[in-house]
Amino acid sequence: MLFGGGLLLALAQSFGYLPIIGKTDFSLVAWQSIFQQTEFWQSLGLTLWIGFASTVLSTVLAIVCALLLRRQFRGKKAVTFLFQLNIPIPHIVGAIGILLLFSQSGLLARLANLAGMINDPAQFPALVNDRYAIGIIAEYIWKETCFIGTIVLATLQSVGEDYENAAASLGATRWQRFRYVTLPLIMPSVLTASILVFAFAFGAFEIPFLLGRRFPSALSVLAWRSYTDTNLALRPEAMAMSLFIALVSTGMILLYMTLSRKLVRQ
Amino acid sequence: MKRLTKYAGVALIVLGVLAPFIPILIWSFARRWYFPAVLPTEWSIRGWAYAFSSASRLPQALWQSLLISGVTSLLSILIGLPAGRALGLHKFRGKTLVEFLMLAPTIVPAFAVAMGIHVVFIRLGLADTMIGVILVHLVPTLPYVTLVLAGMFANYDVNYEAQARSLGATPLQTIWYVLLPSIYPGLIVAGMFAFIISWSQYILTLLIGGGRVLTLPLLLFSFASSGDNNVTAALSIIFIAPAIVLLIISARYLTGRNVSLARGN
Repeated sequence: MLFGGGLLLALAQSFGYLPIIGKTDFSLVAWQSIFQQTEFWQSLGLTLWIGFASTVLSTVLAIVCALLLRRQFRGKKAVTFLFQLNIPIPHIVGAIGILLLFSQSGLLARLANLAGMINDPAQFPALVNDRYAIGIIAEYIWKETCFIGTIVLATLQSVGEDYENAAASLGATRWQRFRYVTLPLIMPSVLTASILVFAFAFGAFEIPFLLGRRFPSALSVLAWRSYTDTNLALRPEAMAMSLFIALVSTGMILLYMTLSRKLVRQ
Repeated sequence: MKRLTKYAGVALIVLGVLAPFIPILIWSFARRWYFPAVLPTEWSIRGWAYAFSSASRLPQALWQSLLISGVTSLLSILIGLPAGRALGLHKFRGKTLVEFLMLAPTIVPAFAVAMGIHVVFIRLGLADTMIGVILVHLVPTLPYVTLVLAGMFANYDVNYEAQARSLGATPLQTIWYVLLPSIYPGLIVAGMFAFIISWSQYILTLLIGGGRVLTLPLLLFSFASSGDNNVTAALSIIFIAPAIVLLIISARYLTGRNVSLARGN
């Protein structure tokens, strides 16, 4: 109720329906206006880049981690617990950690100085509030690798190693076993988990707000800036932008549901 | 050699997970830590002392955060329990649609919803109040709790309840002795993650609370943007403490399916 109602109200306001400032007529001005702004398209481009880069990199890393954590080694229980530790940690804390680690006077820059690679903080590459959103992507990778990895690990454990052993006894190499046996088995859960990650990275606000540049900023930050602008006339545009994000996420849910349904049928 | 690469890989994972916590931990005890020193040249507990003094407004933020997250998770369970039961036990027309509507708020960013609701909350006098903040926190927590409990009810046999009733148990006794014992792992996981989801909210609290309702993430944000690394670091550690405690308690109840929806974001 709250959710659907909120979205409908946002929709009405994106059409310029704002009785508080005396506007009760409906128009498409806000939607037309955002699609004509270069800043909107630049923000969209940046947001898509953040979403895709963090999803692809954390998915690949997560598979590698899960395959490694599945094997037997000393301290396996403790390491697996540590791996899950990231999941409930709030993103804000991750962002603060990345800031203290990656900034030009951060811990990494100090280590680079110790190693004799740089002499001055300014020589360290800008990894936070930077053009390519490296700090933002790093935070998502840090958190979402553990998320996808935990799900893949659970899938691997429920599938067992019988299929791989059978393939091995038929003479499959390590790579062939991974490519033709393990990967198809974990693919459904990998896909659904990474769709969730993409939808989150596409719409999240806190991380680009803390670790991003002011211009161009992520779509959510742009929407927030228009919403809190002293010029109330910008509010319909803010609503239109949030709804655009919501629309993309909705597409992602449909994809998620179709995929997970297929997974159940198999 | 193979053993060596395996342990090197495991060490890399551990380092990767812990990396952002290392500077946070050091900064919380640092006094002088200028570039290029790898470790602080002077240590102190100033960050901690300031964080716990009333000047930092931590006591107020901590209290309001605990209250909001506690009430939010309690309400989510009270509403989510019957909803999850209906969704898990019964087949009905339009169930797919309901499932879609339940999944939507876990993925669609909640601030899009909150921006729409804001106007109504202002008119109802709910804006800038704790009740308003709790209501808007229910948007992301409630669907999560309902989905987890629906999953629990999918494996639940209602006939036990009928048996208890036929043996003379009152409805309350049936709930207490039959229903709750069989779904409590789901209840614990759902309740804890509802708490953490609410605990981590920043933008919803800022929007609906209008700065009048001060929670821990709001305080953390304001120190982080003021650049006081000592206090920011100490507050970060206080902020993640409940997440770690809850994870330790709930680790034995966690499964892949639960995890897929429980993200402290």
